[in-house]
Amino acid sequence: MDGTGGGRRQRPQGTALVEARGITKLFGSFKANDDINLSIRPGEIHALLGENGAGKSTLVKILYGSLQPSEGEILWKGQKVGIPSPSAARRLGIGMVFQHFSLFDALTVTENIALALPDRKSRSALAREIEKVSAEFGLPLNPNSVIVDLSVGERQRVEIVRCLLQNPELLIMDEPTSVLTPQEADDLFLTLDKLTARGCAVLYISHRLEEVKQICHHATILRHGKVVAECDPQKESAAKLASLMVGAEIHALSSEVPVPENTRTRLSIRSLSLPEPHPFAVALHDISLDVRAGEIVGIAGIAGNGQGEFFDAVSGEQLAATATAINIDGKPAGRLGVTARRRLGAAFVPEERIGHGAVPRLRLSDNVLLTRHSTGDQLMRVGVIDFEGTRTLAERVSRSFDVRKASSDPEAGSLSGGNLQKFMVGREIDRQPGVLVVSQPTWGVDAGAAAVIRQALIDLARSGSAVLVISQDLDEIFEISDRVAVMSRGYLSEALPAKSVTREAIGLMMAGLGEGRRSNGEELAHAHHS
Amino acid sequence: MTMLEGILLTIVTAATPLLFAALGELVAERAGVLNLGVEGMMAVGAVCGFAACNMTGMPLMGALAGIAAGMLAAGLFGVVALFFVANQNATGVALTLFGLGLSALIGDAFVGIPGVAVPRVNIPYLSDLPVVGRLVFGEDPFVYVAIALAIGVWWFLFKTRAGLILRSVGDNHNSAHALGFSVFRTRFLAVLFGGACAGLGGAYLSLVYTPQWTQAMTAGRGWIALALVVFASWLPGRLVIGALLFGAVSILQLHAQAIGVGIPSQFLSMLPYIVTIVALVLISRNRALLSVNTPACLGRPFVPDV
Repeated sequence: MDGTGGGRRQRPQGTALVEARGITKLFGSFKANDDINLSIRPGEIHALLGENGAGKSTLVKILYGSLQPSEGEILWKGQKVGIPSPSAARRLGIGMVFQHFSLFDALTVTENIALALPDRKSRSALAREIEKVSAEFGLPLNPNSVIVDLSVGERQRVEIVRCLLQNPELLIMDEPTSVLTPQEADDLFLTLDKLTARGCAVLYISHRLEEVKQICHHATILRHGKVVAECDPQKESAAKLASLMVGAEIHALSSEVPVPENTRTRLSIRSLSLPEPHPFAVALHDISLDVRAGEIVGIAGIAGNGQGEFFDAVSGEQLAATATAINIDGKPAGRLGVTARRRLGAAFVPEERIGHGAVPRLRLSDNVLLTRHSTGDQLMRVGVIDFEGTRTLAERVSRSFDVRKASSDPEAGSLSGGNLQKFMVGREIDRQPGVLVVSQPTWGVDAGAAAVIRQALIDLARSGSAVLVISQDLDEIFEISDRVAVMSRGYLSEALPAKSVTREAIGLMMAGLGEGRRSNGEELAHAHHS
Repeated sequence: MTMLEGILLTIVTAATPLLFAALGELVAERAGVLNLGVEGMMAVGAVCGFAACNMTGMPLMGALAGIAAGMLAAGLFGVVALFFVANQNATGVALTLFGLGLSALIGDAFVGIPGVAVPRVNIPYLSDLPVVGRLVFGEDPFVYVAIALAIGVWWFLFKTRAGLILRSVGDNHNSAHALGFSVFRTRFLAVLFGGACAGLGGAYLSLVYTPQWTQAMTAGRGWIALALVVFASWLPGRLVIGALLFGAVSILQLHAQAIGVGIPSQFLSMLPYIVTIVALVLISRNRALLSVNTPACLGRPFVPDV
């Protein structure tokens, strides 16, 4: 796992390459950045840490010229500069790799890169240059591929190569490893080391403390738009960094009650196969999985490997070919719709909050009704809504999951992402469902809310429900799952006990080596060596 | 001139106005703007073209006036739909209604006046060849302009940097903005180009195709042009084929009516539209091709952050 060459990393000496002084950014009366000072030296990897909404993105956008600060100044190599636009930032020597890639799906690698370069050399000359740079930095790429056909890791390489072709002196990376397998992340760290060896500075935004400790020379920590600390991340413990980010100690999850053994299977998936519904979707191949009462099964995998299609098939948004492909508490449900599956005791929390899990323009009490209208809660009487009942229920969910809202029954869209996520998970857990299927339970949620949600999932399982969690966050998978399976290109590996499987093995399976379904440690090792 | 030669010639003339309008709309849609006002822009192009030609006696002035009128109308659309970010569908339909009404108002004075004949190209010897002579070397100048335009649009979109920027704006306007390209300027210019082409297509109707002015003479061709762009999967080469197909069916049904095939003429008149719709449905089944070429931001308004 050591992609850094080992040894302590010294922060390079020297004067600052870029310095932000007293940066304040107002959105209306909201201070997204409040008097921020930041200094980055040449050749260092400088971590910018903070929770969602701490102001990291705003600060980075100011440095990259896509936002203008309300107050404060930026110094580049000691000279005061204005950065009115991203192209001005690029001319200075600042490159940026975005978290949500800024690539054009319908264009080729070369075309995408040509768009970012100011000079107008021919496309074939550019393609040769792309091949040269990508080989030099260990980022293999085919210049003629269309972006839509590339994996997420390859897309990130396109972004990085695009920046490198402009010989940047500062490279800003926004959550670069959030979409990568552990192996891809290690490759990325090697590339970053090659860059810093040439004196390029990297501003590295992340909330993954372990990797920050592993690769970064220096860290600046933001909270509520302010710098709360600067430190050497290698000297601090991950727990200390986390408490600086959150401003309070996060209490550890407890699952002291052991997983009950030999309990009955509550969710059973048998040879589920589905063709892809459209060309950019993934077909599901012969998926079988049992989830027993009392346990949490986690499904890991990189985005876009069939998790969305799998969730749709299990929830009933997409019907299976046979009724027995999906069984809820022993009853065949493969040909039943979502509501019928809910009546069998199942509950579903989709990945997409707005539009899929909740209707933003409806009040919370109405959103409660959307999944609870026929689950025996008596919210409907001969087709008439019991508004008192829905309000009571919404209030109960809000209270037990600490959903913070501005009024007693606001529109769902007015809640922050984390609060809405707590509400959506709470809405289903409140039912005490026999089977809960949840996709990305803590996506874009801050650490405090994530802890609440994860604890609730564990408690639900220990009370006798079967819980299936689909997540791209490996830390989350290992934190809460009793067994782990990996989804790759529409295949699901065997579910292995979480305690006996290593992150490396999961990483290899995520990269596609678990596709025979029969993979075990031995075969993985074999596949790795061959 | 043989019967076959006559039919082929008229097919080309029926296809040309569609090709003009559809090429312009293709460029606008590649930039991510759905302008449903093609019919209206064609109508003002037709009446202004006819009026200018009638007053100066020069078809060239007519063509230029048609282009200018189409651009003015498109500029109006651009200001409302792009600058004020009004709903593109509603603005486009409004432009169509506005253009049809305005053209009727302006054209009132020109109803029933015969047009000025546009001379056909005549190359000695070549134009006198049998069948291909008139078809290849003896069309009116607009036809050659249309073909050059189709090639030019293809070259621009896929071979130049400006075309690449235009496609990138249509594919992902947020990324294009983040790279520092002006989404508004790109789209506004694309819409103006669309207006110029639609205006020229309209002028072709009143200068060459009919040639005279009658109210509502565009007869739904703007809508067909819109459909053709989709039918062609936003590819200029396919657009030429689509325009010729529509032209062929509309001419052949006329001949079928003349021969008297025993089908009510109303049904035959529907034929070009039905063929276009069927073709659209068939082409839509090839999802892979469509999804790579469909501009992902088509019809979506763009408002930059702060």
